[in-house]
Amino acid sequence: MPTTTMPLERLEPLRERLTAAGYDAQPAHGLLAVTLPRAALLETAALLKTEFGFDLFLDVTAIDWPERDPRFDVVHHFYSTRDHVRVRLKTAVTLADPTVASLVSLYGSAGFMERECHDMYGIVFEGNPDLRPILLYEGFEGHPLRKDYVKEHEQPLVRYRT
Amino acid sequence: MSAADRKPAAKAAGMVLAVAPDATPSGAAWAETLPNPVRPAFDRPSTEDGVIVNIGPSHPATHGTLQIIAELNGERVVRTDVHCGYLHRGFEKECEAHTWHNLMPFVDRLNYCSGLLNEFAYCDAVETLMDIELTPRTRVLRTLLGEYSRIADHMTCIAASVMEMGAMTAFLYLMTIRDYIYEHLADLTGARVTYTYSRIGGLANDLPKGWIQRLEEILDEYEVYIGRIHGLLDRNRIFIDRTRNVGVLTPEEAVHWGFTGPILRSTGVPRDLRKDTPYLAYADLDFDVPVGIKGDNYDRYFVRMREMDESVHMIRQLIDLLPEGPLNVDDRRCSFPKKELVYSEIESLINHFKLVIDGPQVPAGEVYRAHEAANGELGFFLVSDGTGTPYKVHVRAPSFVHMGGLHRMLDGYQLADIISSFGTVNMIGGECDR
Repeated sequence: MPTTTMPLERLEPLRERLTAAGYDAQPAHGLLAVTLPRAALLETAALLKTEFGFDLFLDVTAIDWPERDPRFDVVHHFYSTRDHVRVRLKTAVTLADPTVASLVSLYGSAGFMERECHDMYGIVFEGNPDLRPILLYEGFEGHPLRKDYVKEHEQPLVRYRT
Repeated sequence: MSAADRKPAAKAAGMVLAVAPDATPSGAAWAETLPNPVRPAFDRPSTEDGVIVNIGPSHPATHGTLQIIAELNGERVVRTDVHCGYLHRGFEKECEAHTWHNLMPFVDRLNYCSGLLNEFAYCDAVETLMDIELTPRTRVLRTLLGEYSRIADHMTCIAASVMEMGAMTAFLYLMTIRDYIYEHLADLTGARVTYTYSRIGGLANDLPKGWIQRLEEILDEYEVYIGRIHGLLDRNRIFIDRTRNVGVLTPEEAVHWGFTGPILRSTGVPRDLRKDTPYLAYADLDFDVPVGIKGDNYDRYFVRMREMDESVHMIRQLIDLLPEGPLNVDDRRCSFPKKELVYSEIESLINHFKLVIDGPQVPAGEVYRAHEAANGELGFFLVSDGTGTPYKVHVRAPSFVHMGGLHRMLDGYQLADIISSFGTVNMIGGECDR
């Protein structure tokens, strides 16, 4: 966006480091978008936090591509309060094993956001001790933001109103 | 209902901790089997003289539907389990079924104290995907209206939180000015709270006659009223006793738990997206980022008061900066053609039809754009598959993240401090639960 000044050149050392590690890292709309395998997520997040100053965990969510295998992309966003830059980590997981490592050991704020992602997409965050429903309720069936969950679907625990 | 049915209903109204396995949606078994929608993190106290108290979700002193399950030892809060989600209405799912334009009324209802800030952040994200550069007038006008909304939002927060501590006069003073602002915005947009005023690539309509003049009057009134608030509260013994050293956050803790906005700044971290990565017209403005020293309730109050002053300072500069010119970009992908052209030439008629029925064709891609909303970083993560309907809309809502760290501000303080600490967080159910 032309009206924004995001100091992207500060991301260059990180981009070189991740490219050297064999991951795809490209600038995209004012941040560095990195695609990496599931096994590398936790160590990359730790690298971001300890060596590159990404101290603020912004967001985690998923994208559902029903026709694709692996079906889900788990998307993490980080921000550096020192350099004022953002990084996006994208990890693909399958429907049969929708598991990624949890980042609660690095960022306290990851706890609630991973719970929401678990609610909405059924992604399991390994290492998060508390994946109780948060925006949904106990007994809610299914994961509403998956593309195969129809919007009009009725839940068994909600009494049918006539 | 027979007498036999009534007995289990009373049981269901209380705290049933386990999920009933045989919940069925039919017959008289309902009252018996309806489980508690929430499974608390703890169901018995950690010490012998502890007691577990349920606060909310519908409590007169929580101006939002939030449930806090707290373990108390006497009046002291030992630990808390915060539950949100009572206002969840499937915002993100619903967005996937409407065109990019039609989401505008929905995003208004995220943070309903400052709807315009949500709209501008959403539009910025879509415009980034479409690679649109705003016209100079829209750029300045959006900045001005955003700051104006920020004043209204901070006023709501301060007014509500001091009222809960008994400061009724301060509440009424702040509400007076806030209502001037709402009525004034209604002159411009036609609605007090839910504006639907922003458009992709522009704004709905230009300023009515005399609007800027009234704006300057309100800013002068603001200074008089805010002076009274400072006089009533700043050195008020009762207010200081309730807020100083209550709900303290350290800078490291605040960053670790994802706090942004006035709460993070109250701990002394000068992080403000308007300053760090300027968007809209903020790069042309002169303003300070106020920070606190202790990160307690008093600092959160004072940071918000100072931010409103900075907003007024910015609005006065923006009035001088405001250029003449068109509001909407000249781009057929998103801007509607003029009505007289729609009725007189076929190209404009088709253009209008395609924009209404198919929606603006946003190029495929992913974008994350964040604005400094009144509560903190409001981010929109959008995924487009190249059609007129979003593939995915995700909102990084500051209130939701703040709820994840709220227990750090409550644990170890008094039961009554829950109310004052929760008030200064300014949790807005609309954006928290989506």
